[in-house]
Amino acid sequence: MKLILEAKNINKHFHKPQDFHVLKDITFAVKAGEFASIMGKSGSGKSTLLYILSTMDTDYTGKLHLNGELVTGKPHRELSQIRNKNIGFVFQFHYLLSEFSVIENVMLPAKKLSEKCYAEIEHDAHEKLKMLHIGHLAKQRASRISGGEKQRVAIARALINNPAILMGDEPTGNLDSFNAENVFQIFKQLKEEQELSLLIVTHDIDFAQRTDRIIQMEDGRITS
Amino acid sequence: MINWKVILGIAKIHLVTKLKSTVTATLGVTFGIGAYITLVSFMTGLNKMLDDLVLNQTPHIHIYNEIEPSEKQPVALYDDFTGAFNVVHSIKPKQGQLKIHNALPILNYLKENENVKGATPQLRAQIFYLSGSIELGGNLVGVDIMEEVRLSNIRDNIVDGTPEALKNSENGILLGAGLASKMSLSIGDRLQISTVSGDIFPLKIVGIYQSGIAEIDNIQSFANLKTVQRILGEAENFVTDINIKLFDIAEAEPMSYRLEQQFDIKATDINEANAQFETGSNIRNLITYAVSITLLVVAGFGIYNILNMLIYEKMKDIAILKATGFSGNDVQYIFMSQAVIIGFVGGLIGLGIGFVLSLLIDNAPFETEALPTITTYPVNYKLGYYVIGFVFALLSTGVAGYLPSNKAKRIDPVRIIRGT
Ligand SMILES: Nc1ncnc2c1ncn2[C@@H]1O[C@H](COP(=O)(O)OP(=O)(O)OP(=O)(O)O)[C@@H](O)[C@H]1O
Ligand SMILES: [Mg+2]
Repeated sequence: MKLILEAKNINKHFHKPQDFHVLKDITFAVKAGEFASIMGKSGSGKSTLLYILSTMDTDYTGKLHLNGELVTGKPHRELSQIRNKNIGFVFQFHYLLSEFSVIENVMLPAKKLSEKCYAEIEHDAHEKLKMLHIGHLAKQRASRISGGEKQRVAIARALINNPAILMGDEPTGNLDSFNAENVFQIFKQLKEEQELSLLIVTHDIDFAQRTDRIIQMEDGRITS
Repeated sequence: MINWKVILGIAKIHLVTKLKSTVTATLGVTFGIGAYITLVSFMTGLNKMLDDLVLNQTPHIHIYNEIEPSEKQPVALYDDFTGAFNVVHSIKPKQGQLKIHNALPILNYLKENENVKGATPQLRAQIFYLSGSIELGGNLVGVDIMEEVRLSNIRDNIVDGTPEALKNSENGILLGAGLASKMSLSIGDRLQISTVSGDIFPLKIVGIYQSGIAEIDNIQSFANLKTVQRILGEAENFVTDINIKLFDIAEAEPMSYRLEQQFDIKATDINEANAQFETGSNIRNLITYAVSITLLVVAGFGIYNILNMLIYEKMKDIAILKATGFSGNDVQYIFMSQAVIIGFVGGLIGLGIGFVLSLLIDNAPFETEALPTITTYPVNYKLGYYVIGFVFALLSTGVAGYLPSNKAKRIDPVRIIRGT
């Protein structure tokens, strides 16, 4: 089966305030259409790992392959393009452009990619918002919606370019059980219908247990 | 590939949501450029007016015969005294005439020279203006009036009457304005003059001449060259001065040197006569540019500050843009284009304001005795200054925007998203 994401011997140190070995020899892979979750104690290095896997953090040793292609060592310009096209990312704390409307936030990565015309992009964005039950918020300013709504807007934005893999850092952390369940069902549906790979950090054991695989982290190491 | 539509769209939203800072920054540029245009138009207008005043009144080269002692005293011609130590007391100027002895050949030679716009002969005569029992000393300058009109601004200085009237009159005179008011004479009146040797001639006033310089207007008048030659009882080749206008003023100095060598006469060029004049123009230009550049640098700092603040505020936005696939360059262009838009809009408004202020100055009355032909302040509308102003607006905002935008380009999104 095809590997979407493959990490080999990833090590990372923080040098300040003192030398700290956060990630220790991380090696694992995510297959196409696989729904994997990462669990572990707070401070075990989950977010740090996700930043590396999403190509935003390049300060590490080891090798990272995306879609079978080595991305480690590529220039920033190319990494930006890879992120834009292939990776959807939902942050631990929902991050939207507060001066833009909800729909503009969702459309932005697609405009950057500019593979589709404006009308198509707008249509897609509306679809994603409806799917997440926030279609009625499309014209709202992003600063004027609730935390849970922001998180769903962020998910819609991560999905707009139909990426190969979606990475989420506690994407349901701020949601009530109904919306958390909705997001889970959407993830599952995307995996099944579009072969989307998912790598989701979560503290919700119920959520994790229903995914294909749980990756346990402890002190910067994958334990299972 | 740069997607300008998206980048400009984001830049626009930033500018509009931070309208107050945007307006402040734009006004800074507007003020700088407006002040530059106004200052430079006014200052160069002033410079040009003063230049014209001097350039049109002063010939580029002036040829005359200087009265001076012989360099070689007669004693040096005797072989007997060679090698001896000769002392000559109370040297007197060489016996000679004021007349340029080969004036007509010189004039012909000059008129053939392709660098010469024109050469006019003049005859300066010492005379007395007779008014009742009073004799006023002065000059009467015999000129070829139509050539003078072509080559200098004498027409502007004839405040009453016309040069044509002088040309068509056998015994006409263009009387100095100071003389006219002293003797209560006006156009159409008659006036008597006497030469140094005592001959008296009646002349008819066909015009009043006012240069604006009192020392000249109080003693000097113009008549036709032939009239003055007749008054003095001299032949047609009697000329004391030749004034030359050139096409290229830079040629004045080498040409005057050549003429001196070739014809054994005295020739001074305009730069020699007005050495101090250039300095004034240069200093005015220097002030103009110093003030304008200062204003623009201040405006540039304003933009720098505002963009720096904006980028600090927009740290999170920058991180998100980078995380969702915008490259460092994209982010830099977003902020650069904001700076350039501010420069563009501010610059354009500044040009408009500068133009309007120049118009106001241009129409403000400016009347002075010394400059009879000037009624309003001089303004120089030169397209070049507007181009320079606009380019400078873009340039200064570009530089002011470059530094902060470069910072934005290098922001590490992980650090922002992590929240440190
Ligand atoms: N910039 C930094 N400099 C030094 N140490 C850091 C830095 N960022 C994170 N750390 C440390 O690295 C470790 C891993 O942090 P990380 O954010 O990856 O934890 P996490 O597993 O995501 O925790 P949580 O579940 O609370 O989000 C922590 O011990 C943290 O203190
Ligand atoms: Mg974390």
